[in-house]
Amino acid sequence: MKKPVLLFLLAVTSTAWSAAPRDLAEAYAAEASRQAPGFKASPQRGAEFYAKRFAVSDKMPACSACHTDSPARPGQHAVTGKAIKPLAPRAEAARFSDPAKVEKWFRRNCTEVLGRECSAAEKADFVSFVAEGL
Amino acid sequence: MKNTLLIACAGLALSLPARADSLPLPADAPPSFKAECGGCHLPFPPALLTAPDWKRVMARLDRHYGDNASLDETTRREIEGFLVRHAATRSRLSGAGDPPRLTRTEWFLREHRKVPDGIWRDARVKSASNCAACHTRAEAGSFREREIVLPGAGKRERD
Ligand code: HEC
Ligand code: HEC
Ligand code: HEC
Repeated sequence: MKKPVLLFLLAVTSTAWSAAPRDLAEAYAAEASRQAPGFKASPQRGAEFYAKRFAVSDKMPACSACHTDSPARPGQHAVTGKAIKPLAPRAEAARFSDPAKVEKWFRRNCTEVLGRECSAAEKADFVSFVAEGL
Repeated sequence: MKNTLLIACAGLALSLPARADSLPLPADAPPSFKAECGGCHLPFPPALLTAPDWKRVMARLDRHYGDNASLDETTRREIEGFLVRHAATRSRLSGAGDPPRLTRTEWFLREHRKVPDGIWRDARVKSASNCAACHTRAEAGSFREREIVLPGAGKRERD
């Protein structure tokens, strides 16, 4: 079920300009609505997901453990201490412009924090919250 | 003096100068190195671990210091080749332990022996591997003394 999304996303980037966060959120939403007809991305759910303490991992209990309480603020890696640029495109323009990079970090960070990959619905909510705010 | 030494050693390329305050990314670094090894921490200078230690790191990316840093095989090989080409040859850079940590080599411990203990635990540092917390130009490969700012302690005065 993941492959079609990625292929679609790659098709989007192979045009001259990079995919805007909105396109990305829409691609995830389209994928999610195939599983749950009528699905619409919700920044509100995205905000709850962003702050939720899954507590699967001691050091990485939540997305906010490294990305802080606000996606517009610079973060810090919970283990290595490395500074992380803000996730919000309004604060860091390059965010959500490279679908392959976004997929890579979703896969990595969701596995660490949730103990599983994130669903297309979770990704659609997350991107719409982080990119557009509440 | 430091510069002359660096230039002298540049010819040997593979060994680290006795006092290395400049560790720029070698020019043949594949773009994948910064992209894949520079997300969670500084893309560490390859000259700070020996070839066998780099191979050890690259052989187990799925269990990477409690994290998962796996790569596809083509990229993995490309990065390993690069790291091994520029790896350390001096014995002071061996003994990194298992899993290998460049922050545990005799060289690293010696260069950092004057750093007060408490600083390593400062929330802004978190880990010895967070080079950029103290070396303000670490991203550019520069570790010069006058660029060091210890968190909470301000600029270092010379000793
Ligand atoms: C252990 C620290 C850590 C945690 C916890 C974490 N992230 Fe990240 N995240 C990072 C790092 C490091 C990067 C990549 C570095 C960079 O690009 O600045 C990143 C990048 C991303 C990106 C890529 C954005 C882009 O376009 O550049 C996304 C998406 C992302 N994270 C989502 C999440 C989600 C969702 C969670 C929670 C499920 C989460 N992260 C939790 C450390 C973390
Ligand atoms: C998903 C995040 C992530 C990625 C990607 C990643 N690392 Fe790491 N790495 C870590 C963490 C976490 C540590 C442990 C840091 C600590 O304890 O201070 C670490 C530690 C290290 C160390 C030991 C540092 C020390 O001396 O303490 C080396 C060497 C290293 N990584 C090399 C690499 C290389 C090479 C790559 C690219 C192939 C890479 N890392 C990619 C997360 C990552
Ligand atoms: C807690 C702060 C701190 C961290 C973290 C740190 N260093 Fe240092 N480093 C110092 C200080 C202070 C000195 C100078 C020590 C002295 O003058 O005796 C130094 C010296 C050095 C030198 C020698 C510079 C010269 O003038 O020859 C190098 C190279 C170096 N560090 C590399 C690193 C690398 C690579 C990392 C990360 C893996 C790192 N450091 C992490 C504080 C730090």
